Amino acid sequence: MTAIDPSQLAEAREAKRTRRLTRINKAEGWFKVIGLPFMAPLLRAIAGDDPRGQMKLLWQTLFVPILSILCFLGLWAVLAPKVHTSLGTIPGPAQVWSQAVALDAAADREAERRVAFYERQEERNAKLIADGQRDKVQNREYTGRPTYYDQIWTSIKTVFMGFVLATLVAVPLGIAAGLSPTVNAAINPLVQIFKPVSPLAWLPIVTMVVSALASGDGGMSRSFIISAITVTLCSLWPTLINTSLGVASIDKDLVNVGKVLKLSPWARVTRLVLPSALPLIFTGLRLSLGVGWMVLIAAEMLAQNPGLGKFVWDEFQNGSSDSLARIMVAVLTIGIIGFLLDRMMFAIQNLITFSDKR
Amino acid sequence: MAVLELSNIRKDFGSQTILNGIDLAVEDGEFVAILGFSGTGKTTLINLMAGLEKPTAGSVTFRDKPVTGPGPERGVVFQSYALMPWLTVTSNIALAVRSAMPKLPAKDLAARVQKYIKMVGLTHAATRRPAELSGGMRQRVGIARALAMDPEILLLDEPLSALDALTRGNLADEIEAIWEADRKTVVLITNDVDEAIVLADRILCLDPNGTMGAEFRVTLPRPRGRTAMNHDPAFKALRAEVTGHLIAAGAHATE
Ligand SMILES: Nc1ncnc2c1ncn2[C@@H]1O[C@H](COP(=O)(O)OP(=O)(O)OP(=O)(O)O)[C@@H](O)[C@H]1O
Ligand SMILES: [Mg+2]
Repeated sequence: MTAIDPSQLAEAREAKRTRRLTRINKAEGWFKVIGLPFMAPLLRAIAGDDPRGQMKLLWQTLFVPILSILCFLGLWAVLAPKVHTSLGTIPGPAQVWSQAVALDAAADREAERRVAFYERQEERNAKLIADGQRDKVQNREYTGRPTYYDQIWTSIKTVFMGFVLATLVAVPLGIAAGLSPTVNAAINPLVQIFKPVSPLAWLPIVTMVVSALASGDGGMSRSFIISAITVTLCSLWPTLINTSLGVASIDKDLVNVGKVLKLSPWARVTRLVLPSALPLIFTGLRLSLGVGWMVLIAAEMLAQNPGLGKFVWDEFQNGSSDSLARIMVAVLTIGIIGFLLDRMMFAIQNLITFSDKR
Repeated sequence: MAVLELSNIRKDFGSQTILNGIDLAVEDGEFVAILGFSGTGKTTLINLMAGLEKPTAGSVTFRDKPVTGPGPERGVVFQSYALMPWLTVTSNIALAVRSAMPKLPAKDLAARVQKYIKMVGLTHAATRRPAELSGGMRQRVGIARALAMDPEILLLDEPLSALDALTRGNLADEIEAIWEADRKTVVLITNDVDEAIVLADRILCLDPNGTMGAEFRVTLPRPRGRTAMNHDPAFKALRAEVTGHLIAAGAHATE
């Protein structure tokens, strides 16, 4: 709305544009949270707000990352054929992609087989009923090979099981340690000693204990429990440490308010301690999930839990010419899922945390 | 009758003596202002009255009973607002009311919270969180929270120091109006001489060495509008006197 442009039409258009830009500004935070920081400048450039400045931002948030990925793919394509292994040369991006497509196709075929199996079974049963041989009707579960997607799903289930267990242990313990210097002094040496232990060291112990205690023919298989508990043991620490730090560093003034209000111990924890430690607790949870996902692959390899770790191990043992390419598909899958898990935690963290200002 | 009494208080932090030989009796319904430079131990003094700190020597009594800890009968407005950042204005005040009056039915509680939010003029901001409020608004929430608990005595730790001159004047007038309305006993900490004179019945100076300095009675008739006061000769004389004492005490401390 400048003095040079008095027409009402232009004014209305201007108002619309301003509204659109405010909406983009609001969405910007969310774009950043879900890992698409280039969306806001892109939309703004389209809306016609300082396109030149937006281009600069776009260059950083979109073009530079794309360029770096392309560079990486190029280097990979050039260098990979130069490395000779006992299984032939290292596969380049093209071979890895074709293996990814092949794995997807195999999953489709498996799904078809499954459908076909149930169709056949139903047909057979219908025929038996028609023949009056109802007692011979059988309903069996289809037990095919797990597809690549089944394996991904198993890994995700396992990591969440371990992560939930770790949270259930670490948060209450962290709160206790943050509230009481005595508890903290008691826990601290154990944390310091066990935190650096690798999952590979925990695994044999966990395996022995779980084998002794769990029969394995309940709802969960033994390998699943072993992998999950190993994840728990390794991902416990960031949450524990951050929770106790968050609880111990509550604003002294807020503690004083709690005292003046004579809050009961329970109210003190739920209304004062937990909410004010929540941002740090979530930082810890996010770190824990990251550690858990990293540890899980190693645990699955050794515990033979039918997830991505076992997939990598089996392909390595298999040693066909496609194995290396398949392992690389798994590596990329692991990376991308890890990234998505982190974004998810980050989004939740942003949803529930508050600004620090009082 | 003295409601709150401090006798021969000393407070050390480590080897540092912050307060020494403090004697102070606050009468029922009285408005006392305590004036002092930054870092002289004013907050420490309020914390002693609230029961948040224990004196190294001497005793604090409230209605003739020794103070052993904080309680809702002594409402505190903290210098740093101290609102729960994750709660809205309404919830912040409701939390205080619920703990001060656990038997209050939910309906009455909500009504009480509304009443005090209205009193400090924040009805339009009732659903906002502290981060979305200005400093002055947060300060008013702090005051509403303390008032809504219906304490017998209000301890105000520089409740206006974070504000600009204009807001400060307005809120001072509000505090005076609130005090006029239900005559609660008030101890106000401040570093503003005008504010102390406009609001208080009695002004005490806390000297930089941690002892009680001069005491001034303010007998100016109420209500003492800020603008009217600026032309009142009695007001000007008192201001000169108090300022003179503070400057002398400050100069003495830096010698
Ligand atoms: N918990 C504590 N431990 C050690 N020293 C403290 C503690 N609390 C306050 N002090 C010291 O006591 C002195 C007085 O502090 P206090 O906060 O009471 O000052 P104040 O008069 O309220 O200052 P201001 O006007 O800036 O709020 C300061 O020198 C401070 O460093
Ligand atoms: Mg202070």
